[in-house]
Amino acid sequence: MQNSSYCKNSLDWGRPNVAVISKQSQEPGQSSAAPDALESVGPASAAEAVKQIHSRPNVAILIILGGIVALILGIGVSVTFGARDIRFEEVWLAVFQYNPDLTDHQVIQELRLPRVLGCVLVGSSFAVAGAILQGMMRNPLADSGLLGLNSGAGFALAVCFAFFPGMSYSYLVLVCFIGAALSAMFVFALGSIAKGGLTPIRLVLAGAALSALLTALSEGIALHFRIGQDLAFWYAGGVAGTRWFHLKVMFPWILAAIAGAIVLSRSITLLSLGEDVAKGLGLRSGFTKFMGTVIVIVLAGSAVSAVGAVSFVGLLVPHFARKLVGVDYRWIIPTSAVLGAVLVVLADLAARTVRPGFETPIGALIALIGVPFFLYLANKERREL
Amino acid sequence: MGEYIRLKSPEELAKRKRNIIVLFILSAAIILAFMASMNTGFIRLTPLDLVRTLFGEGTAQQNLILYEFRLPRIVISILIGAGLALSGCVLQSISRNALADAGIIGINSGAGFMILMYVAFFPTITAASAFVLPVLAWVGGGVAALLVFAMSYRRHRGLSSNRLILNGIALNSGISAATIVITLRISPDQYQFVATWMAGSIWGKDWKFVWALLPFICILLPYVYLKSQTVNVLSLGDSLAKNLGAAVSREQLLLLGAAVGLAGSCVAVSGSIGFVGLIAPHLAKRLVGQRYQILLPTTVLTGSLLVLVADTLGRWVFQPSEIPTGIVVAVIGAPYFLYLLVRSKG
Repeated sequence: MQNSSYCKNSLDWGRPNVAVISKQSQEPGQSSAAPDALESVGPASAAEAVKQIHSRPNVAILIILGGIVALILGIGVSVTFGARDIRFEEVWLAVFQYNPDLTDHQVIQELRLPRVLGCVLVGSSFAVAGAILQGMMRNPLADSGLLGLNSGAGFALAVCFAFFPGMSYSYLVLVCFIGAALSAMFVFALGSIAKGGLTPIRLVLAGAALSALLTALSEGIALHFRIGQDLAFWYAGGVAGTRWFHLKVMFPWILAAIAGAIVLSRSITLLSLGEDVAKGLGLRSGFTKFMGTVIVIVLAGSAVSAVGAVSFVGLLVPHFARKLVGVDYRWIIPTSAVLGAVLVVLADLAARTVRPGFETPIGALIALIGVPFFLYLANKERREL
Repeated sequence: MGEYIRLKSPEELAKRKRNIIVLFILSAAIILAFMASMNTGFIRLTPLDLVRTLFGEGTAQQNLILYEFRLPRIVISILIGAGLALSGCVLQSISRNALADAGIIGINSGAGFMILMYVAFFPTITAASAFVLPVLAWVGGGVAALLVFAMSYRRHRGLSSNRLILNGIALNSGISAATIVITLRISPDQYQFVATWMAGSIWGKDWKFVWALLPFICILLPYVYLKSQTVNVLSLGDSLAKNLGAAVSREQLLLLGAAVGLAGSCVAVSGSIGFVGLIAPHLAKRLVGQRYQILLPTTVLTGSLLVLVADTLGRWVFQPSEIPTGIVVAVIGAPYFLYLLVRSKG
């Protein structure tokens, strides 16, 4: 085995063969016995396929590190600026030596800090969910709205506003999450029980149809009870209501889901080459899709329920990340997580400073900033997905 | 896809027969829905009265109800359904994206934005607005679609469908963000008006609107049908279509123009009934398959039937108040679509 590929290698001194050899020398067990070698055709050629995909790991590492620095700076600035004028030393003390008797410290600890951390969580959740979906579906239109998540949350919200007015914020968040998760599961189940199994196109269509249905029902409820404007405001995205309590509930789930996404990222790269190719390379595509969907439900569901549909983040950031680091999802997913968090933190900062005292909906702001940017990216050169 | 290259086999003949039956059933259903719709409203007419009035022997009251109130609205429903469904079908085929419809190139949001601007800056809704609004909606939708075109067109490479969709999404998100910002500043009554419009309630109920809509439909519908072989080829993808000898970017532009004309004029009259354009082509595809010569007429009939039934139900369920047609379309169309999706294979 070693010999033959060495011969081939000397005849044709190309990079892919080097990659195969280095792969085999790393895992010596695979190249020894004949049956093992047969089995190793799958993973080895898969690795080759991934190698040939255009990606830029060094750029990615740079962007992730730079993004984290920018994120920390952004958090600092965001905590310092606000309607109430607080000096930076005071902010520092409030964070690291909290004194509950001072109003300034309370503002920082109870209002601004949870808010900005909420932005971080929500931003990376939407971005990673969008990246996973775009890779799995091979559709540049894909974002978390696609699985019916946004409309499910919106419908749950409309029902709550119409029939249980005055419900507390914490319950609203919970109900929204249940609405989002149920509708996404319904879409996934519908896509799976059909003959021929779960195909991206079927999932997309089922999601679009269910979304249209739920949106229509919410619209009907909103028109009948005249609550459309309230709904629109909530739906347009607001992080103002985030408290430590929500963060404590959301944090472990989102962290686990993002970790899961990174573990899954190699399979997602294979899926993004197309279902047949992925299967040919030995991927259990059904399992990958199921896990991907679960991760998306957890991420986007909790984010939607916490702040409303800031879905443009999920659409924009993965495209941007792909442009920067290439089409390997092992790099796209972490890059998206960092960039998504930076984007939402900055957008929230802008939303509070554009017109002090008046909350501009963050979703609208992100779309307004993001659109020109997105247009620029989409038109610059040939796209690759 | 290569069906039209092979010679006709018995199965193919059977399939053709089946397709004709499907078309026939759809037409019959439209006629039935037409009768039912004529009979829906505050004053009921028996089928006999209906036939008598249609043949010019009704009382003055019956004539008034049928010819001035119900008939224009029914005709408009049918025309809108046909126009929106056909434009959706063409757009899905050209962009090769199953999620495309007139909404994707900004027509609905552009039109909605113009309506919102009008309502926000000219707060009194007068009688004149009955005619100003459709014109504004047409302009808004047209400008949005033109912008998306202009951004997606490259001189030497023509129109890229992928870029078209991405630009469309971007423009839509931008417009809807602007819409939300303005929405939060208008009064609840104004909001209610705009929301009803956006949910797709048939706005024009007058013969004037029929005459305004008819030329678009009468010219563009046959035009697209005559192009069905081209649509077939284009749906194979740009490079394959080029190899088959199609003038890809010219044909794409012409067909897109036709789709925009159809959808824009429909949205102007009807408000944004979004779901028809998305769902009717898919329903038709599940009924008769991929061949555009048969798919296009089936799509047109499916769309008309859907809007007509939805409008009738919307007027009937909560009499005397009305449910916007767009909502009813989604509520009846989506479950049926999901059912078909689950049943079909591959």
